[in-house]
Amino acid sequence: MADERLNAIGKLIARQGILVAFVIFMIGFALLNDRFITVDNVLGVVRSSAILGVMALGVTFVVISGNLDLSVGSMMSFSTIVVLDLHDKIGPELAIPAMFLMTMALGAIIGVLVGYFKLNSLIVTLGMLSAIHGLTLTYSGGKNMDIADKEGTWFSVIGQGSLLGVPVPIIIFLGLACLLSVLLAKTPFGRKVYAVGGNGVAATFSGIRRPRIVLMTYLISSFCVAMAGLLQASRSMGSQNTVGQGLELEVLAAIILGGASLLGGSGTVFKTVIGVLILGFIQNGLLLVGLEFYVQYVVTWLIIILAVWLDIAAKRGRLLSPIA
Amino acid sequence: MTTSNRTKMIKRGAIWGFIVLELVFFSVAGRFLSLSETRFMDLDNMLLLLKQSAPIGIIALGMTVIMINGNIDLSVGAIFALSAIVMLDSQTWPIFSGLSEFTVIPFAWGLALITGMVLGAINGLIVWKTGVDAFIVTLGAMLGYRGLVFMYNGEQPTFQLNWTLVDMTESSFLGLEFPAIVFIVLTFLVWLMMTRTVHGRNAYAVGDNRDAAVNAGIRVGPHMLWNFVLIGFLTAFSSIVFYSASGSVNPNDGELYELWAITAVVLGGTKLVGGSGSVINTFGGVLAIQLLRKGLGHIGADTETVNLVIGLILIAVLFLDRQLNIKGKGELRT
Repeated sequence: MADERLNAIGKLIARQGILVAFVIFMIGFALLNDRFITVDNVLGVVRSSAILGVMALGVTFVVISGNLDLSVGSMMSFSTIVVLDLHDKIGPELAIPAMFLMTMALGAIIGVLVGYFKLNSLIVTLGMLSAIHGLTLTYSGGKNMDIADKEGTWFSVIGQGSLLGVPVPIIIFLGLACLLSVLLAKTPFGRKVYAVGGNGVAATFSGIRRPRIVLMTYLISSFCVAMAGLLQASRSMGSQNTVGQGLELEVLAAIILGGASLLGGSGTVFKTVIGVLILGFIQNGLLLVGLEFYVQYVVTWLIIILAVWLDIAAKRGRLLSPIA
Repeated sequence: MTTSNRTKMIKRGAIWGFIVLELVFFSVAGRFLSLSETRFMDLDNMLLLLKQSAPIGIIALGMTVIMINGNIDLSVGAIFALSAIVMLDSQTWPIFSGLSEFTVIPFAWGLALITGMVLGAINGLIVWKTGVDAFIVTLGAMLGYRGLVFMYNGEQPTFQLNWTLVDMTESSFLGLEFPAIVFIVLTFLVWLMMTRTVHGRNAYAVGDNRDAAVNAGIRVGPHMLWNFVLIGFLTAFSSIVFYSASGSVNPNDGELYELWAITAVVLGGTKLVGGSGSVINTFGGVLAIQLLRKGLGHIGADTETVNLVIGLILIAVLFLDRQLNIKGKGELRT
């Protein structure tokens, strides 16, 4: 009886712990620095988290279905470079859809390899990380890309404009989050994603076409990557070949921080948004209290491990691992 | 029985067959495409290749053990950079000021190795005590250790040229330069450990079936801890070998090394799920990647295409491996 109650409390912490931690964390920083909770600062943080956030939304689907995607960083570099290059060649109206198609074609390749050929997603996407990086370098000839006429185009609106005082990247990030949240939580497709990640064999036996679901998750992921590339390109109007390098692991960090399990079957879009915001506010808060930017790496490390540890500890009912 | 034996042989020999294929291809293609007069299969060229593959190769040895264990280590790139900083910076510490360029070397190297082992031990302890998956623990550590690298010296590079050290690491024996010798010796030692000791046998057992290993009385936690210490040690060793000669380290150095090391290990046929793999084949995997890099340069392909080709080969290897497995087991898994 007492055990059950303990379990219930543990489950509650496991479910809402990250939100509680987030609130405590925000109050702490607000007390330390009175500029932390101001409209300008909060909007600034959400805006600069938007690119990472948009990518994390898509990868959330992949992670829930029990796979990984390490290729999103180099895929984001690819889409940024492609859209910048095509912008000057065929104009922004055509460049954007063309870039989305090319990026999603890469996502489709990964989806087919992981879904239909049942290859290990970690290695497939590791290989694609390298391959897409090579593709980007070959495409750009190793040079940086720049939009020639920065004034004579509306392209910068996406990354730099704002609507009713709210920056467009925030609108895109939160809008996409709402859309994908509904898709994941309220549709049969969403339920199938959870089913595939929770128990792939059982999902297959209950008539879910697993390969197709996996392919869909990678298409969603690559769509989000294309969107992030678009935001990045429009924000800076020029880019290096390696702009997305290392983002794949930061994205995973945000998702894990949100409380999704890498084994699949758990996680929500909302939790991922919280994870992304925590990363963003840690960075911002530490800078505001006067610490160097790299201190955030160490803090992120500790927070990730603590978050996952407490999550696991709550589930197993004891703090330390039973492994001898 | 014969089919499964043949499958096993194909898999074991695959990486060496691939290396031979690369050698033949680049030699022949080089005749027509290469701008330089030297042949690809030149002895000096091959010895240089061994030297160049040493930094990633030494890390990949440790990664093989970790992956046979069923774990993974994403933090090696940051450990590589931090050990290098400790090795270079410690030579200027006041307590060592009385030492000559020569006598400071063991202290600097020792401190670098200890740094690597401590960082590895932190990962190992967290994996053991908290039960959090090694992927997450080392993903966090990759960020955290990189933060420590930056905290040490800001965004500035760390310099320390010690000419005795440079001479030593550029000396050669039987045509093999110091990094190549270290790489070969360490490969041999790790191979001995994995095939001739109880610890090696346990590593396969733990990776194959952790619960069974626990029931068989293997202390799985400390076992994994030692393997993380080992990969930290090897990463620091790799760092020593590389930075003794160059004498300068940037805070971003070693980024993506974890991915290269994992790629080499997977090319060598080690499974991500653990329980199987071989150190010698990892050695082959490392050579295969470096050969590809050099070969593509030799026939005049852009260096950019190297990443593309390696990525595609990695996926192809995975694909072939799956086909062979299906035939070997005679069953289809969902």
